[in-house]
Amino acid sequence: MTANRDYRVVGRPFRRVDGRAKVTGQTLFADDLVFPRMAFLRLVRSTVPHAEIRAVDLGEAERMPGVLGFLTGEDLPITFGILPVSQDEHALALGKVRMVGDPVVAVAALTEDEADAAALAVRVDYEPLATIASVDEALATPEPRIHDYGDGGNVHKRISLEFGRVDEGFAQADVTLEDTFFYEGNTHLPIEQHAAVAVPTGDDRVTLYSSTQTPHYVHRALARVLELPASRIRVVACPNGGGFGGKSDVFGHEIAVAKMALVLGRPVKVTLTREEVFYCHRGRHPVLMHVRTGFRKDGSITAQHLRTTLDGGAYGSYGVASAFYTGALQTVTYELPRYRFETLRAFTNKPPGGPKRGHGTPQPRFAFEVHLDKAAHALGLDPADLRLSQLAAPGSVTANWLQLGTVGLGRCIEAVVAGSGWRERYGRLPHGRGLGLACGSYLCGAGLPIYWNHMPQSAVQLRLDRSGLVTAYCGQTEIGQGSDSVLAAIVAEVLGVDLDDVRLCVADTDLTPVDLGSYSSRVTLMMGHAAHEAAERARELVAGAVADQLAVPETRLVFAEGRVFDAEDPGKGLSFAEAVIAAEVRHGALATTGSYTPPRSPGRYKGAGVGPSPTYSYSAAVIEVEVDPATGIYDVVHVWIGHDVGRSINPTLVLGQVEGSVYMGLGEAMMEEQAFRRLPRRLSGALVHKMPSMLEYKSPTFHDMPPVTTYLIEDPDPKGPLGAKEVGQGPLLPIMPALANAVFDAVGVRVDQVPIHPHMIVKALASKAQGKEARYGPARFPDVDFGETLHVPTPAEGGDGRAREPVARETAGMRSTTGTMTTKEEALKEKERAALTTV
Amino acid sequence: MQERHTTTLTLEVNREKRTVVFPTHHTLLEVLREECGLTGTKHGCELGECGACAVLVDGRPVLSCLALAAEMEGRTIETVEGLADGNRLHPLQAAFADLGAAQCGYCTPGILMTAKALLDKKNPVSDAEVREALSGNLCRCTGYQKILEAVAWAAATLRGEDSRPGDAVFYGAPVAAEGG
Repeated sequence: MTANRDYRVVGRPFRRVDGRAKVTGQTLFADDLVFPRMAFLRLVRSTVPHAEIRAVDLGEAERMPGVLGFLTGEDLPITFGILPVSQDEHALALGKVRMVGDPVVAVAALTEDEADAAALAVRVDYEPLATIASVDEALATPEPRIHDYGDGGNVHKRISLEFGRVDEGFAQADVTLEDTFFYEGNTHLPIEQHAAVAVPTGDDRVTLYSSTQTPHYVHRALARVLELPASRIRVVACPNGGGFGGKSDVFGHEIAVAKMALVLGRPVKVTLTREEVFYCHRGRHPVLMHVRTGFRKDGSITAQHLRTTLDGGAYGSYGVASAFYTGALQTVTYELPRYRFETLRAFTNKPPGGPKRGHGTPQPRFAFEVHLDKAAHALGLDPADLRLSQLAAPGSVTANWLQLGTVGLGRCIEAVVAGSGWRERYGRLPHGRGLGLACGSYLCGAGLPIYWNHMPQSAVQLRLDRSGLVTAYCGQTEIGQGSDSVLAAIVAEVLGVDLDDVRLCVADTDLTPVDLGSYSSRVTLMMGHAAHEAAERARELVAGAVADQLAVPETRLVFAEGRVFDAEDPGKGLSFAEAVIAAEVRHGALATTGSYTPPRSPGRYKGAGVGPSPTYSYSAAVIEVEVDPATGIYDVVHVWIGHDVGRSINPTLVLGQVEGSVYMGLGEAMMEEQAFRRLPRRLSGALVHKMPSMLEYKSPTFHDMPPVTTYLIEDPDPKGPLGAKEVGQGPLLPIMPALANAVFDAVGVRVDQVPIHPHMIVKALASKAQGKEARYGPARFPDVDFGETLHVPTPAEGGDGRAREPVARETAGMRSTTGTMTTKEEALKEKERAALTTV
Repeated sequence: MQERHTTTLTLEVNREKRTVVFPTHHTLLEVLREECGLTGTKHGCELGECGACAVLVDGRPVLSCLALAAEMEGRTIETVEGLADGNRLHPLQAAFADLGAAQCGYCTPGILMTAKALLDKKNPVSDAEVREALSGNLCRCTGYQKILEAVAWAAATLRGEDSRPGDAVFYGAPVAAEGG
C-alpha cells in the first residue's frame, strides 16, 4: 500500500524520538535507577589467570559493617552461555578460574562503599595452573585444558570448508598471490559501564533492569540458571550507553545480582568499574590470517583459500559464530567462484573475544582488501577498476550459498572515487601523501536466531487509542543506534500520524513481544518489517470503517498529516482520532501484530547457518593520509565513504551511524588494542591486561578525527522494510584496509597488520632501504589441523547447497544459529526450552 | 574499620540551594547523583579519563569524579538538568537533538556542559577551538562530526544568526549522477 507513494516521515531528517530526553539528562540508564531499600553488590574477581580455587575465606568480610550477604559458585552451579553449543560460563567461578577478572564471589552491602570494603576483605586461595597466552601456546599446550569440551586440547573449534573445486581454480590462474595478516584484538569501550538492578517482586519473581543489548537472551539465561519459569522473570533493557556488541552476551553480574535480590528480598544494584568492563570484553578477536588467491590478468578471481586462527580467550561466548564469520562474508562483494575457508578458535586465559561491530568480518575484510590492492599493483590495474570489474551480481547466490539482494557497491566506489579525486590523484601525490581505497559488506541481520526455533525473530504489537495515540510494543533495544526512531517512523509513516502521536514501549520481556536483540545489524530490517506489517494491518482496520462512514472506496483513502481522507477530495475526511473511533465502534478495541521471519537460506551444509542474511549492505571508502617517513607518524587527512543503505529511514541518523563506524574503524586501524602481557615470574607470572583503563587504552579524541564526507547510496532493496538495509556496522569494514592501502600509496611500504603504529612504517621503510621486503607484518602462519574438510559444490557446479559427504542419519544434527548444527537431541531440548520461554 | 566522617554543606546547583549530608570522601559526581538525585551527570571511569561527568563549577568545566563535594561550599554548580530554560531547550540541546549528535546519549551531558562553558566565554569560535575544548570528552558513537556541527549551529543561534546547516549535514554529500 505504501510502496509507491511519497513518504512523509521516512527518508526525511527528524529529531530522534529519544533526542530530547538524551540532551536533558532525563534518559534513565541502568545505573540511574534507584529503588527503596536498594542494596549494592560488588564482585570479587580472580587475580590469577588460570587456577583451581582451593578455598574461599569470607570470615573477615562477614564481619565488615553493612554486609548483607555473599554468593559463591556453589550458589549458582548451572552453566550458561550465549550460544547453545557453548554453555561454559558460571555466574561465579565454580572450582576454577580461567582469566584475571573472572567473577568469584558476590558481596552485597548497604552502601557501595561497604560492598567495596567487604569485597577487598574476601580471601581466595588459588592453586595456579599453566597459563595459555596465545593460539600458538594453546596448540602446543593441550593440557591442562581450559575447558573440557571443544575440538581437542585447548582448541575450541576447527572448521574446514571447500566450496567448489578450488585446485582447478588455482590451475586456471595467471597469477597466484599469498599474504599473511594479523589483526590485533580490541574492545568496545562503551562510555557507560555495565550496570544492572534486580528487584524481587514476589516469592520467586524478579525483575532485572540491565544495560544489555539482548534482553531476550538474558531472560532465557536467567530462567536456566535461577531455575525459575521464564514467566516469573522480567528483563528490562535500559537504553544502553553504547553497546557495539559489548553488551550482547549474558554476564555473571546480571545473574548474580538477580540471585542476590531473591535471597535478600530487596532491590540490589551492581555497577561495574571501568576495569571490570575490560574484563567483560567479548570484543574483537585477535586473528592471524593467510590468504591465497588466483587471479587472471584482467583481475578476475579464479579461487581463494583463506585460513584464520582466532585467539578466543577463556570462554566460548559467540566464538563459534565469530570463527565462521572470519570467512563467511568474503564472497559477497566480488565474483569469487571457488573458495576454501579454514579456521580454528583456541581457548586462552584472557577475557573472551566475541562480537564487536562487524563481528568477525573486519579481520578477513582487512586481509582481502589489502591483498586486492597488492594484486592490482601486481597486475598493473587501478585498484578501483579492479573492484568495479569484479562486482558480485545482484540477486546471485555466492559460492558458499549466500543469497544476495541488491548490490550498491559499484555506486559506492564511484561516489568515493569521484569525491576524492582518485582518478587524478591516486599514485601521483608527493612522497608522504597517499590515497587508499577499500570496500566492505555486512549482514542486515543474521538469518538464524541464536537458539534453534522457527518463531519470528522480531514482532511488534500496536494499540490504537481513541485519543489518536498509537502505541508500539516491541522487544527491540535502543543502544544509541536509533532503533526507537526507526520503529516510530515506520508506524507514523503507514498510519499518517505525527511522530509525537506514537508512543513506544520497548525491551521489556513482560510487556513486549520478542525481538532477539540489537546485534548483527538486524533491528531496522527485522523490526522494520514487523512494524510495517502491524501498521498495515491497523491501517486496514481503520480504512474499512472510514470508507463506510465517508462512502469512499477504501483504495482512495489517504492516511497523512493526522487525517484519513479521500485522495480525490481531500476536504472529505476524518481526523485520525475520529477514524480510530469509527474503527473501534466496528471492531471493538483496536490492536494488531506484525512479525518477521527471515527467508530460508539456500545453504544446507553444516556451517551454512552463519552468513545468511535477508540482504547485505555495501560500503566503499577512500582515505587520504600524510605520513612522515622519518618517524612513521601519520595523519588521516580525509575520509570519503559511500554506503549502500537501501533507503534511509532518517538520513541524518544514517549519517551518524556511518560517521561513528568510520571513527571506530579508525580507532582500530590507528591505535586501539586489547593486549596482554605476562608478569615476570617473581610477580606471579600472571597474564594481565596491558591497559585496563581508558587513559591507556587509546581511542580517538576530537583531535584525531578527520573530516568525513559521506555519500548515502539509496537503491531501495525489496528485501528491506520500505527498502531499507543496515548501516550500523558495514561502514566500519573498509576503513582499516583503506588506511593500510593509503600508507602504501604514501610511502611505498606495506603494513600487513592493525593497528598500524608509526614504528611499523619506519621498520618497513628500513627493510625496504636494505633491499629486503618493503613490509611489516606477521612472518608466518602456523601449520594447523583444521579438521576434516567438508566439500560443497557451488551453484555454478550444479550443487544443491549440500555437502558432498553424506551425513549419517543417526548422527545428523539440526542447525542452530551458530551454524554448527547442534545434535538432534540438543536441538529438541532447545525447542522445548523455547516453547517454555517464548510467548 | 575507620570511622566514616560525614560533611554537611549547602550546594548551589542549577541556581537552587540545597543542604546535603554525605560521606566526606565522596566526589561531587557521587553527591550530585546520589544525594541530589541529579542522575543526568554520568560516569564512565571515575578516574578522570572520559569526560562524561563534566559539570560547570563557577562557569568552568570540572570533572566531577575528581572533585570533592566537600570543596563546593559557596560555588556555583551547573549540570545538564539546568541547561534548558524551563521547558525550552538551550540551543546546544536543540542542535544536538536535531543532528543526532547524541546517539546513546551517555557522553552527551558532559559534552553539552563543556561546550556551554566554551560558548559562554567565546563566540564565535573556530573548529579548532571547539576540538581543543572538547578533547577531554570521549564519545564512542558519533565520530564527533555531528557534535562539531551541532556546536557550530548552536554557536550561530546564540549569536542571533539563523544558520541551519546545509543539506549535506542532514542528507550526506550529493552523489554525482550514476556512472557505468
